[in-house]
Amino acid sequence: MTSAPIEIRSAPHVQSAKTVETIMRNVVYSLLPICAFYVFQYGISALASIAVVTGACLLTERFFVRTGTQAGRLSDYSAVITGLLLALTLPPGFPLWMGAVAGIVAIALGKALFGGIGFNVFNPALIGRAFVQAAFPTAIATYTPSFLPGRFTEFIPSTLAWPLMIPADATAWLKAKNLDALAGATPLAKWKFDGVLVNADELLTSLSGNMAVGPSPLLILLCGAYLASRRYMDWRIPLAVLGSAALTAWLLFAFDPARYPNPFFMLFSGGLILGAVYMATDMATSPVTPKGMWVYGALIGLLTVVIRYYSGLPEGVMYAILIANAASPLIEKITQPVPFGRGVLDRVKKRATYPLNPGYISREEASAVTPKKRFLPNKPKK
Amino acid sequence: MNTAQYKTWDEFTEGIWRQNPVFVMVLGMCPVLAVSVSAVNALSMGLATMFVLVCSCGLVSLLRRMVPKEVRIAVYIVIIATFVTAVDYAIQAISLALYDALGAFIQLIVVNCIILGRAEAHASKNPPLPAMLNAAGMGIGFAVGLFALGAVREILGAGTLFGITLFGASFQPWVIMVLPPGGFFVLGAWLLFFAWLERRKLRRAAPTTEAGQHV
Repeated sequence: MTSAPIEIRSAPHVQSAKTVETIMRNVVYSLLPICAFYVFQYGISALASIAVVTGACLLTERFFVRTGTQAGRLSDYSAVITGLLLALTLPPGFPLWMGAVAGIVAIALGKALFGGIGFNVFNPALIGRAFVQAAFPTAIATYTPSFLPGRFTEFIPSTLAWPLMIPADATAWLKAKNLDALAGATPLAKWKFDGVLVNADELLTSLSGNMAVGPSPLLILLCGAYLASRRYMDWRIPLAVLGSAALTAWLLFAFDPARYPNPFFMLFSGGLILGAVYMATDMATSPVTPKGMWVYGALIGLLTVVIRYYSGLPEGVMYAILIANAASPLIEKITQPVPFGRGVLDRVKKRATYPLNPGYISREEASAVTPKKRFLPNKPKK
Repeated sequence: MNTAQYKTWDEFTEGIWRQNPVFVMVLGMCPVLAVSVSAVNALSMGLATMFVLVCSCGLVSLLRRMVPKEVRIAVYIVIIATFVTAVDYAIQAISLALYDALGAFIQLIVVNCIILGRAEAHASKNPPLPAMLNAAGMGIGFAVGLFALGAVREILGAGTLFGITLFGASFQPWVIMVLPPGGFFVLGAWLLFFAWLERRKLRRAAPTTEAGQHV
């Protein structure tokens, strides 16, 4: 039997101009409008916070790349993403020195320790945030309302704390602006500790004044949609996270509407949208198998709602994503796609045709790998 | 200094630097991580362990020809437990607050692998004086290691050292440093530092051409 020679190569077969650097650069572009909106909400304090945190991340990255203990280059933009995301998850009036600590820990502990870009087990930005949440629990729970008058000319007092010193208390500063202390609580904390519910449509745009919220979820969803449409991000993960969070919240809401808030409040409050779109989708820390992505996203959504409802913390996105990060190799393992020709539970399909029949492979191909016998129900006769 | 003296001196310094139980052998991590919340706790734990180590190694060494091989571990444990009981009562008598802070870790010195390891590996094969010197070196190394952890954790976690305020009243304590994760972080940082020292030493010893590649 003779046929045209077939060249057998190992993957990857499809080549594209899409490199890590391109993807990361586009993620940074899509983050810029979100950062701009954040600065518009909170003024120069937010701008300083973003600059200092990103700067700390870049300097740490440069140090570890230069000493040769970490793979990757400074110009691959991944440290910029870590810095921007980390700054967006911190309160706008977070003391700058604590922001710098968060940035250094994020890169050193979250990334360099594992060997650099692509090797990290956990999302670096969330490692940084988890560290400062454990180290400075008061400062990270101190929010200030958005759209304050004069936010472009004066800093929030806690921003400019001396290094290693306790930040100034913002209560007196808020009082001077005719706002009570409750104005500084996030919608989630208000709901959890005071039983006050904010409307979901106000949360969606973040535009109504004097609310302690992050950037608008609507804007984040739009930027995420851009990334997903350019295939720089997998749409399955955010969809799975939001779907599972909404489903869990809706089931509980249907069970007892008096005790649990409506699912839309759950979706648009806190950092769920930001986490679902930008943090859960980190390529190094999420599963690569399509089925695994659904499982991973669903786990994050479920854990977020459970932590928000049943723990002492008002917000649970960070720990949900970190736990799911830890579980993602396991998820990948149990969701391996079935090879062509195989049936359920690794059993060989009776009537499967296998494309690599040895009859089609030219004899000259010395390195040609003959498939295992069990794929071939009908042995070619010689 | 003749050879015998030199060897004894070497055995003494071995535990302090070259075979430091905390930073090189990474032994006895349970008390290291648990009680190194403050410098006082760490140092007293280190001294207590050192006392037990020196005394039990001396006794083990004296009895080394009398103890049958089959029951040696049981005998070592009885000897160590005797001294631990003495230390336990002594700390209770000196400071009850310290005793409460150290908790069960004083009694747990009995099962500290550094002590049993020294008794088995060194004291049971050497005369009393070298055995005690070696044990003293290990004890000092352990105390220094504990102090290095405790000092960093106390300075960052409370802004004090031995209870003396260092940075004034408005110091922001790093709560995580007095929590268990802080112990792991600080230990990891110290291990990193010593690994870096080690590598630097190797690089300096290597020919200059190799050193040039690491610029």
